[in-house]
Amino acid sequence: MYWINTIIQGALVGGLYALFATGLSLMFGVMRIINIAHGDFIVMSAYLAVVVVGLLGVDPLVSLAVVVPVMFGIGYALQRGLLNFTLGDDILRPLLVTFGLSVVIQNGLLELFSADSRRLQLPWLETASVRIGDQLAIGLMPATVFVVAVVVIAALELLLYWTDLGRAFRATADDSDTARLYGVNNRYIYAMATAIALSVMSIAGVLFGIRTIFDPTIGPARLLYAFEVVIIGGLGSLWGTLVGGVILGVAQALGAAFDPSWDTLAGHLVFLFVLLVRPHGLIPKTVGL
Amino acid sequence: MSLLRTNDLIAGYGDFQALFGISLSIDEGEAVAIIGSNGAGKTTLLRTVSGLLRPRNPTDIEFDGSAIGSLEPEQIVARGIAMVPEGRRPFPSLNVEDNLRMGGYCRRTGPWTLQRVYRLFPMLAERRFAQSQTLSGGQQQMLAIGRALMTNPRLLLCDELSLGLAPIVIRDIYAAMPDIRAEGTTVLIVEQDINRALETSNRVYCVQKGKITLEGRPGDLTREQIKLAYFGI
Repeated sequence: MYWINTIIQGALVGGLYALFATGLSLMFGVMRIINIAHGDFIVMSAYLAVVVVGLLGVDPLVSLAVVVPVMFGIGYALQRGLLNFTLGDDILRPLLVTFGLSVVIQNGLLELFSADSRRLQLPWLETASVRIGDQLAIGLMPATVFVVAVVVIAALELLLYWTDLGRAFRATADDSDTARLYGVNNRYIYAMATAIALSVMSIAGVLFGIRTIFDPTIGPARLLYAFEVVIIGGLGSLWGTLVGGVILGVAQALGAAFDPSWDTLAGHLVFLFVLLVRPHGLIPKTVGL
Repeated sequence: MSLLRTNDLIAGYGDFQALFGISLSIDEGEAVAIIGSNGAGKTTLLRTVSGLLRPRNPTDIEFDGSAIGSLEPEQIVARGIAMVPEGRRPFPSLNVEDNLRMGGYCRRTGPWTLQRVYRLFPMLAERRFAQSQTLSGGQQQMLAIGRALMTNPRLLLCDELSLGLAPIVIRDIYAAMPDIRAEGTTVLIVEQDINRALETSNRVYCVQKGKITLEGRPGDLTREQIKLAYFGI
């Protein structure tokens, strides 16, 4: 029963990891940008929620109503005003620029909020759980995170496959010059992709901030998890990121069950194992999204 | 007044100049062919008209009386110029119907709808949910034409429709031209297949090394004239 419990907890954390990864996957899928500042935007969203909670005195979940639109706007402006100029044949340019952004965001957060650890408080949800039988209990918070991840991924799938915007995303990812011939303004499409990616990341950031403590320097580790999830699941596949997230979460939970210091290590080992046996991931999609 | 006009059009790729002063004009309702050998500048000309390449002067290209040389491709298609690109270029991760819907992205209205395109190319209707890569070359060409028609263009630019296709397939594709023109669409085709070009068009321009070397109605041109203009020998 102990092991079943461990696996369930790990799988639920996987939902959060999947949310970390979707933004990364979307930006890479549409623009071939690897956003090195990805993890820092996640942390930035959590701090934004701290500010909103502090100012308005609302529940952290309610703060999403402000945090998500703000991050959407930041994403749009960031892509239109900066990242669009780095696109081209040289994939190194967006890499360097987002690396710079990562440094700027970390230090900006450090300046504004100090190096102290913060946490978003949500007592009514954090401690609540549902008992299944007499030995299993599922926390409402991890379950909520997982459900949110599934809903967000399903919504993104709907967007990509059933709307004009999604079709334009896929067409631009395939061949941006040809897409322009049919009326697609790729500067706008790229801006929308980054805006949506940052919105999803902001949801992940706030949920992450409720789950655990954070400080300005932990962004890069979230980026690493996001990378691992994307690689395990298969690049460009959204449901693949959910699978990847669950696998990483379970691996970390099982590792920690053997020895508390093994959690991250176990995740990395599974990642390396998948990279060895299935280098294109478990649910690969090579073309477009 | 002509629908499309180029005035001493000069364009190229970086330092490499490909077009050396092309002046042509196309009236509404015409079908005009541009012939010329490999590297003569035909594709460059179409890419410049569609906005993928910038001409030296914005006024080098006029469409319906206004200069379009400084517009982006997405603005040009919105004004009514659609291109069937060389090599067909279907979107590989979209199925046939989604490829066609991409043509409708710019939301110009007119006679061309999904149903109308499917009536023109019934094969596309049969394979509407197939991935575009699984189509044969000829089917991909039909898809590319259908996708361009979905923008409801006033001027349709066709780049090398016959490229890499079997003669019988080429015939099927050109069989759609009368239907397309019957909807009032003006057509500009670029073609290496001279006979096909002469058959399909009201007027022909021959391009060689980035310049126009011959212009006329197919019936008025002799084989000798065309040979001279085409090969320069």
